[in-house]
Amino acid sequence: MKGFVRETGRVAAMPGANIDTDVIMPKAFLKGIDRSGLAVGLFHDLRFDETGAVRSDFILNRPDMADTRFLLVGPNFGCGSSREHAVWGMLQYGIRGIIGSSYGAIFADNAANNGLLLLSLPVAEVAALAAQLEDGAGDMTIDLEAQRIETGAQATGFDIDPATRRALMLGLDRIGETLTHADRIRTFEEAYLARKPWLMDAGSDERIS
Amino acid sequence: MSAPKTLYDKIVDEHRILSFDESGGAGERLLLYIDRTVLNEYTSPQAFSGLRAAGRTPWRPSASLGVVDHVNSTNPDREAGQLDDGARRQIEYLGENGRDFGIEIFDLFDPRQGIEHVVMPELGLVLPGMVIAAGDSHSTTYGAFGVVGFGIGTSDIEHLLATQTLVYRRLKTMRITVDGTLAPGVTAKDLIMEVIRRIGADGAAGHAVEFAGDAIAALGVEARMTICNMAVECGARVALMAPDDKVAAYIEGCPRAPSAELFARARIEWDALRSDPGARFDKEISLSAGDIPPMVSWGTSPDQSLAITGRVPDPDDLPPERRADAVRAMAYMGLAPNMALQEIAIDRAFIGSCTNARLSDLRDAAEILRGRKVAPGVRAMISPGSSHVRSLAEAEGIDRVFTDAGFEWRRSGCSLCLAMNDDSLAPGERCASSTNRNFEGRQGIGGRTHLMSPAMVAAAAVTGRLADVRTLAAAEPAR
Repeated sequence: MKGFVRETGRVAAMPGANIDTDVIMPKAFLKGIDRSGLAVGLFHDLRFDETGAVRSDFILNRPDMADTRFLLVGPNFGCGSSREHAVWGMLQYGIRGIIGSSYGAIFADNAANNGLLLLSLPVAEVAALAAQLEDGAGDMTIDLEAQRIETGAQATGFDIDPATRRALMLGLDRIGETLTHADRIRTFEEAYLARKPWLMDAGSDERIS
Repeated sequence: MSAPKTLYDKIVDEHRILSFDESGGAGERLLLYIDRTVLNEYTSPQAFSGLRAAGRTPWRPSASLGVVDHVNSTNPDREAGQLDDGARRQIEYLGENGRDFGIEIFDLFDPRQGIEHVVMPELGLVLPGMVIAAGDSHSTTYGAFGVVGFGIGTSDIEHLLATQTLVYRRLKTMRITVDGTLAPGVTAKDLIMEVIRRIGADGAAGHAVEFAGDAIAALGVEARMTICNMAVECGARVALMAPDDKVAAYIEGCPRAPSAELFARARIEWDALRSDPGARFDKEISLSAGDIPPMVSWGTSPDQSLAITGRVPDPDDLPPERRADAVRAMAYMGLAPNMALQEIAIDRAFIGSCTNARLSDLRDAAEILRGRKVAPGVRAMISPGSSHVRSLAEAEGIDRVFTDAGFEWRRSGCSLCLAMNDDSLAPGERCASSTNRNFEGRQGIGGRTHLMSPAMVAAAAVTGRLADVRTLAAAEPAR
């Protein structure tokens, strides 16, 4: 996982509430067994029409948006299905950070697990940032270390959960971290299952009957 | 005496292995023990590949079950090879992962195959007090049993398989109290759609929602599952209901449920699974069941719903922050402001999904269909929630009610809920659907979905337009 400390790039405004993971990564791209090839699926049905032609009115298709790195989004972004493909597609497309007021909870966890930075700002601050963009686009720096968004001459501070910030900056292997507590897990599990034996392996139907 | 606790906090505390910050309150970061998971063929492959790449093995393979449900055809003749290459590869890889890692898999031809959230409860694998996390957002369904159930992504599935735990952040709590009695023709689906309409698609974001009140207690367990299932559509990460005698009766005798002495021991604990009197919730909402009408969605988010007797809203009447989304939704749905909902003609009708394809749902719909015919020009499909539900329905003859009315009697799977298989809407096709999401393109690119209860889908199928089930229920069908 690539760490995130300070990144600079294009930002695209995609307002609208409840942009769900079906829209972010349509089902046609979910038939793989690996994580590859998802950049083309990102916002596919907004980027391309039924014939496969590029929709020129979609912001990411504008010539000046080729290297979009950040999205400025509406409330409840990433709601819906648990499909992590949405986050993998973002990263493969080149999106490194999203700024919005709220997110679907599973999407937010998926983002944190993959090094995609999600910033949650009050609705008014998201609107203020959008107002600074010309025609919905502009350049921006997100400094995770300093907890600051820089646009032109202005800078906005942000709060972020310290554990998420640390994991993003270091690009941590969370499973490896958890397994350092393996003894604690084992001790807990033995006592827990002894206390509640009905939660043990339910076995097969054949063994039960 | 310790402070009164919510049901949610009791269950989390029972599963807390260690706390990273010892804060104890909402937002506490902790290591949470997970009792069970269910894996499907489309969100699990990369988790298994991750385990393989890191040389890791599942911590407790018997805590997992794998089910094929999302990509399979629902064609009655499943041998006919309706799988595309991607779907076939995903199904094969799930089987391979089960064999290699000692995890039981119900493949397409297993008599226990079905939608994961239907299969788990009907086997008795969902027991009060558990924590169940799985790679599907509708894992909130298990809350009907007093279970902390929640959806996770693939990286967290890998974490869960490798450690039997998740790094977890304690949620805030919300209680939604529903008192009174649902009017005739009004179901659990209408109740939860009204909740979502009222609080919005992110109204419960960051919260574990406990449903309480005598209207909830009066519902059967399957109806309660419908409510918990769809609570994720208002942003709830967890939905909960205190288990009662109905829940115990539902579990007792299921193939994988604890039996005899163990069941009796378990029940003693289950009886304590309720929020203490005086427990404080971060948010409280109440509504009166008697005020809830049959509901349908008109837009492209589940909170864009209204009473069936209503009209498509005029964006000018909506609060400014909802206007642009409403205009966009109306354009996508091909609707004009102020249109009566009951004037909207449909092309397709679908009963299925983890929300509404259990036996009681099928019975509700069959009640309306008995002696009636699907309207000309409407293609109607019913996909039972599991192979087991399908055989139970056949045993009581409900399949014939559906087929006599003109419904296709399909096999089980997620099917047209998200159309990852060959069941899909054509651009512009409009569908009355018992599913949970009306998102743009969800049931097929350009497809238009109206969410409603199974009985309301049946009513729409026979009238050819969105219809008020109460007018049909009152009328004697032509025989």
